[in-house]
Amino acid sequence: MTAPFEALVARHGAAVLRVCRAVLGPDDADDAWSETFLAALGAYPGLPATANTEAWLVTIARRKAIDALRARGRRAVPAGDLPDAPSRIGVPDASDPDLWSAVAALPAKQRHAVAYRYLAGLPYAEIAGIVGGTTDAARRAAADGIRTLRRSYAASDQGHDLDLDLDGRSAR
Amino acid sequence: MSTAPDDTAHLVLLHRRLERRADAEGVLDVAYTTLDTPVGSLLLAATPAGLVRVAYETEDHDRVLDALADRVSPRILRAPARLDAAVRQLEDYFAGRLRAFDLPLDLSLSRGFRLLVQRHLPEIGYGRTETYAEVARVVGNPGAVRAVGSACATNPLPVVVPCHRVLRTDGSLGGYVGGLAAKTALLELESAA
Repeated sequence: MTAPFEALVARHGAAVLRVCRAVLGPDDADDAWSETFLAALGAYPGLPATANTEAWLVTIARRKAIDALRARGRRAVPAGDLPDAPSRIGVPDASDPDLWSAVAALPAKQRHAVAYRYLAGLPYAEIAGIVGGTTDAARRAAADGIRTLRRSYAASDQGHDLDLDLDGRSAR
Repeated sequence: MSTAPDDTAHLVLLHRRLERRADAEGVLDVAYTTLDTPVGSLLLAATPAGLVRVAYETEDHDRVLDALADRVSPRILRAPARLDAAVRQLEDYFAGRLRAFDLPLDLSLSRGFRLLVQRHLPEIGYGRTETYAEVARVVGNPGAVRAVGSACATNPLPVVVPCHRVLRTDGSLGGYVGGLAAKTALLELESAA
């Protein structure tokens, strides 16, 4: 039996929003979230009952993010285009814009792997299914991303402690 | 992984936007909301055709939504806008200001004899009652008194389709999907107005 779609929004809405923000930055994340859930609602009756609904939603979110990036006419989000000030509409850790700038500055592959692993909590096998490539490659991309974040984020002038911040929200 | 408090508020806004767009683009098969009433919280669900389900708390709203996902469509969102008219009329009804509901109904959850009975029920006027045997006669099957009972018990639209106005021949209440206290409350409401 397929659960009412409302249950998916309640269960995964926050994680999908975090992924959209990490991949696109806060400005376009809301539109990507809306497009993701609208497309998912339309396709939902055809989804096999055994499917991992979160991985399915993140797959759609990734496609919508790519659409949004194409619409911007760029292939990636340059860090320079991110707002200097934290958004007031509820970016996680809005008090900590440095972390989000550091995430946005990651190469696309690492940024996606980090977002799916640490913001959506997906297993590496699912991440590999979404971004393509092997499970090991997905694990390496996430590890490389975290290593880069440790360097760039710790180097920012406030002297953050990335271990506390990132590992504290590590994958379930 | 926790959600920041400002995210919770933001997700509420995003949800509203999703409700509007899903409805506008024709992918919202079932919209629902809940309403607090003197007989407890009622779940109200509507398809684009009309009100499809009213459910008492005792029926377990989550189970009712699961059943709707199964029998109608899993494209279900909490989307109160589609239920605005139903909510207004139910509030008026419970306040004693409304005697007959005027709402589009989607009767697709009922079939055959049950549907026949449920179609007849709104003809029993406000504040009046019929017996199970009378209903059986009116729908043209005088021997089907028990089947009338099960048609009332499985009424997917209680309160709005007034199965509470059907009593036993001896004048006792008979059963009710929302419990006997709810049936009594509705009959008292209607006899007082």
